[in-house]
Amino acid sequence: MTTDLRTERAADLPTVRPPRPRATFRARLGSSFAMFRNRKSITGLAILGFFVLVAILADVLAPYSPTKVDSAARLQPPSVEHWLGTTHLGEDVLSQVIYGTRGVIVVGFLAAIMATIIAVVVGVVAGYLRGWRSESLSALTNVFLVIPGLPLIIIVASMFDNPPLVVIAAVLGLTGWAWGARVLRAQTMSLRNRDFIQAARANGEPLHRIIGKEMLPNLMALIAASFVGTVTAAILGLTTLSYIGVIPVNTYNWGTILNWASAQGAFRQNQWWWFMPPGLCIAAIGVALSLINFGIDEYVNPRLRSAGERARAMRKRGLDVNDPVTAVRPATSAQERA
Amino acid sequence: MTAVQPQMPTQDALEVGTTATTAVKGRSRIPWRFLAGRAAFYLFTLWAAITINFFLPRMMKGDAVSQYLSRNRNVSPEAADALRSLLGLDTDKALLHQYVDYWGLLLRGDLGVSLLHGLRPVTEVISQALPWTVGLVGFATLVSFAIGTIGGGIVGWRRGSRLDGLIPVTTFLATIPYFWLGLLAIAVFSVNLGWFPIGKAYGVGMRPEWTAEFIGQVIHHGTLPAVTIVIASLGGWMLGMRNMMLTVLDEDYVMVAQAKGLPNKRVLWRYAARNAVLPQIQSFALSIGFIVGGTIVMEMVFSYPGVGKLLLDATNAKDYALMQGVFLVITLSVLVANILADIAYAFLDPRTRQTEA
Repeated sequence: MTTDLRTERAADLPTVRPPRPRATFRARLGSSFAMFRNRKSITGLAILGFFVLVAILADVLAPYSPTKVDSAARLQPPSVEHWLGTTHLGEDVLSQVIYGTRGVIVVGFLAAIMATIIAVVVGVVAGYLRGWRSESLSALTNVFLVIPGLPLIIIVASMFDNPPLVVIAAVLGLTGWAWGARVLRAQTMSLRNRDFIQAARANGEPLHRIIGKEMLPNLMALIAASFVGTVTAAILGLTTLSYIGVIPVNTYNWGTILNWASAQGAFRQNQWWWFMPPGLCIAAIGVALSLINFGIDEYVNPRLRSAGERARAMRKRGLDVNDPVTAVRPATSAQERA
Repeated sequence: MTAVQPQMPTQDALEVGTTATTAVKGRSRIPWRFLAGRAAFYLFTLWAAITINFFLPRMMKGDAVSQYLSRNRNVSPEAADALRSLLGLDTDKALLHQYVDYWGLLLRGDLGVSLLHGLRPVTEVISQALPWTVGLVGFATLVSFAIGTIGGGIVGWRRGSRLDGLIPVTTFLATIPYFWLGLLAIAVFSVNLGWFPIGKAYGVGMRPEWTAEFIGQVIHHGTLPAVTIVIASLGGWMLGMRNMMLTVLDEDYVMVAQAKGLPNKRVLWRYAARNAVLPQIQSFALSIGFIVGGTIVMEMVFSYPGVGKLLLDATNAKDYALMQGVFLVITLSVLVANILADIAYAFLDPRTRQTEA
């Protein structure tokens, strides 16, 4: 049993491979998306893609204008004309949700792009350098981690009377990069001492090449994970801020709808068609993003997946992973595995 | 006492320890460099927070006094000027001078007066709100951390069993926006079922005092907010602990412990979980700022009289002194919580003390 575990574990380990020479463009493209090639990630990407499509095609999909007031149809429950009912002004909830997707997707991705760029630059540089420069970049990261983000965002956002989406995205991005930078710094520090980096340095490769060509490909999974994490945080941040009413956005997003629903007492009068869809949409996009991250996690650390599979396989053979007594297995099962 | 009691060694094995213990015991080590490094970091963060705090209101459009004037019409221009100098908003002084003044006031514990609360000192306003936030959020967060970590440990230990299904469920609950969860909870349990009161920390007409009735009211009002916080934050702790457990359970020392024939319980809690919990504590320290931010939303949803609600009200009314004070107190409490987590970490992981010292 002991040897059995050992060989399997050795198979788990090589997750970070040095880039292969002479990779064709297609092969390189394929290998840089390898972390998404599992069922969890693909499901997550599909859900996310659905919301992106809705955001792009909002004009075509929405049956009404999100602000079209219809005083004849106020607070209608779902019907054939209004699939998700209407608000207190007779606005169509479905159209508001569809148009609301735009703000959420745009801010989520913009903020995450900004945050990821900062995180990669600060994290990789801090991980590659040594001495006081590395320490001070790390201290800066920790300061941003420790300072409570949401109060700061509320205060900064209230500086603007009617902030455009880009500004909101920038504020969310500027306060959300620290976690990614911390993770990337740790990984870069461990990469720096690997053989292939040492070899590149000994060959006299310039710094930008070592970082760009040797290190970044090996950091891609972590960068993708921190990007996905920041999108989640930015979407939650945006909807929360809109709900609080700090951002009086004229373009609809899901948080704004919930703000109106809450202010008009929809939660106390059981107007579920008004407050359920936006909340479920946020949850759905959150689930999609965490599915993608689960997939990336299992790609980076295959034990997360294989541990469960191994335990299930052992149970099928009547063994318990946590059994302290090493069971002597019948020879047949050992041959089956081999 | 029975006759067959085994002969125990006179000294406890844990007390005697291994050869490494005796080697370390010789020198009593206080990790000065480690402590100094942490202290420098916290001082730097404190300085950064206070400086941000100083600049924030000065970057904003529209000042508190004009807001105040628009709400109270019968204030003379002289009174307005007096208010400005009272609030340190007179702009004839140089920025550096203002900054030095600000530090001076801060060190004397003077955070100014709150326009929103009838010119009462900011410290007084905050100290009334702080116990509510610290009590409720602190309690709920610790409960969530404990349940999540212990639960994650068990799920990791029983890997491959049906318990694995818990992880997606708790993760789903963690991706739901908190304010929506809170509003739903109010709609279901307060409005429709009537089990819990809607918002506020205690009933109307009650006076805060140490009586059984009042404490009962506080618990009754606090249940829903606390439970929603636990539900929303459980997923992260559980997932983190489970992932660490899966990694740690593959380590050689776990296998050695099992091979020695130690009972499963001891291997799980003393060997695997004790090592897996270390990154948990680090991420606990780092997520305190995030948790504190979350309380603002909680207090708004449940109209709970804590510091988060103060901050929101102050921001809306452009009451800068109160806003600055609240931000400062929030940052300070995050730093204190971080220091506590650091100490706990150093206790649990001797390597932090030894390698850095």
